Amino acid sequence: MSATVQCEGTATVLGDDVDTDIIFPARYLAVLRPQDQARHLFEPLGEPLRHQVIAGGVIAAGWNFGCGSSREHAVTAMLGAGVRLVVAKSFSRIFFRNAVNNGLAVVMDEALAGAVRDGDVVRIDLRAGSASVAGVAHAFPPLPPQVLEILVAGGLWAATTGQPGASA
Amino acid sequence: MNATLAEKVMGRLAGRAVRAGEMVEIAPDWTFALDDGIGLIDQNFRRYGVEKLARPDRIALFYDHYAPADTPLHAQMHRIGRDLFERFGLPRERLFDVGAGISHQIAVESGMVLPGQMLTNMDSHTITIGAVGALGCGIGGAEMAYLWAHGKLWFRVPESIRIELVGALPPGTCAKDLVLTVLGRLTARGAIYNAIEYHGPALAGLSIPERMTLCNMGIEMGAKFAVVPADGVTRAHFEGLGIAPGEMPVPDAGASYRAQHRFDLAAVEPLVSAPSKVDNVHPVARFAGTRIHQAFLGTCTNGRLEDLADAAAILKGRRIAPGVRMVVTPASRQVYSRAMQSGVLQVLLDAGATITTPGCGACAGMHQGVLAAEEVCISSSSRNFLGRMGHRDALVYLGSPATVAASAFTGAITDPRSVL
Repeated sequence: MSATVQCEGTATVLGDDVDTDIIFPARYLAVLRPQDQARHLFEPLGEPLRHQVIAGGVIAAGWNFGCGSSREHAVTAMLGAGVRLVVAKSFSRIFFRNAVNNGLAVVMDEALAGAVRDGDVVRIDLRAGSASVAGVAHAFPPLPPQVLEILVAGGLWAATTGQPGASA
Repeated sequence: MNATLAEKVMGRLAGRAVRAGEMVEIAPDWTFALDDGIGLIDQNFRRYGVEKLARPDRIALFYDHYAPADTPLHAQMHRIGRDLFERFGLPRERLFDVGAGISHQIAVESGMVLPGQMLTNMDSHTITIGAVGALGCGIGGAEMAYLWAHGKLWFRVPESIRIELVGALPPGTCAKDLVLTVLGRLTARGAIYNAIEYHGPALAGLSIPERMTLCNMGIEMGAKFAVVPADGVTRAHFEGLGIAPGEMPVPDAGASYRAQHRFDLAAVEPLVSAPSKVDNVHPVARFAGTRIHQAFLGTCTNGRLEDLADAAAILKGRRIAPGVRMVVTPASRQVYSRAMQSGVLQVLLDAGATITTPGCGACAGMHQGVLAAEEVCISSSSRNFLGRMGHRDALVYLGSPATVAASAFTGAITDPRSVL
């Protein structure tokens, strides 16, 4: 499932400094297929919250989302679980790279991320830099063109080979 | 000339002068992978039919996260790596197999990565290589597979933060307390996508192992790189290994920085990072008396000979408290060997510690010291996130090797100055 330019879903709001050990515990790093990784996505948060995230498909978070480890599984487990979009005030560098290079839609914007409430329907257009949160329009600066094209192609390998991304 | 070290190094790789904020497509000098990531590389290679590697002489693979294997699946990952090396004809000496130790530790102690080089690795703590004036950053599996196959990858040239260090560390404190001081002030998001450059007269008194600790936790502030630009200490390190360090690039005096900070080492005191955020930094005294179940000494943050010796200095002739287990994981085979020869391991064993295979050990909660619910661990590692070292209801406090040893001795979190 490659990222699309436009995506939407129902948001779950998480806080600041959500780390990769919370997103995908290290003891599952040998689980390689995104659909298998999905079973462990947000495992430390407990089943109810985990399922809310997966059912809604959109995460809204505070500062420094995805801090910690370089594990790409934090991104691909989301893709495997059907999470389509993460909006945050800021991302850790490695999570952000992994999102782009595996085709997970990410939007970094303080105002937009701060405007989302739990259960809001969020729609975004990555290329236009436009969003709606519970029907209210927002704008955000789109990613630099060369980065955006990798993301919307479905990641680094998909952009280069024309084949589906690793999460397909 | 007015370039930061990041601008210089990435400019060399780009073949032109670059400035912070620019995107470049470059071939890093080194591209490392680990046992916990090699499966992803193999998966990408098979999916996309990769039959040839772009720069095989720039590749190394390290088995440090779960070596020796503790589950059949982890053993399979080790097997995949060995098979991949054979399939592509990669030199076996570049596969650092079970027992060799942690990738960035080996990269420093062997002199593999030179000042001014850029290292990418499937490990966020590879930033540690900054201790020798090199730039290290973590990347993911699809990216590393792509680098191995295609040679080049996009990167952003980071803005830099300049940190000036003056003074000398007081007795009972070490580089870990210093980096926790810096982390407490800059916070976990204080350096996202930035390069931290350390400068100042205090550096002349900080050894390569101390610089490794200092650079290691740069990632806990969000940094892309953390680096001590090469100097006489760096040169002596390489000359001691019989390696010519090359030109040893340093930042220009007129380089521009996003922010500047200054720290006086004389004001550093023993600190802990309390659960469950890395920048929750406080004096050890604030948590004194908190009962512990496990003391963990090791990792790329603090698993070196000097760290083990700091702990041994406290535990010599003493026993760890009843009901406490102390796990010691040397960062590499060389650390293990030297700690054995110097008698440090004997002191720790006699005190009741358990010594494990060199590697990452209990840090990431995979093996060799996983925590149960409601257990408390004092750890010399770098991350105390919820669930990091085992059950999500376990608590991890991060401190210096001396604080870990003092706490193991008393059975509760203890300021090492009180038991010296």
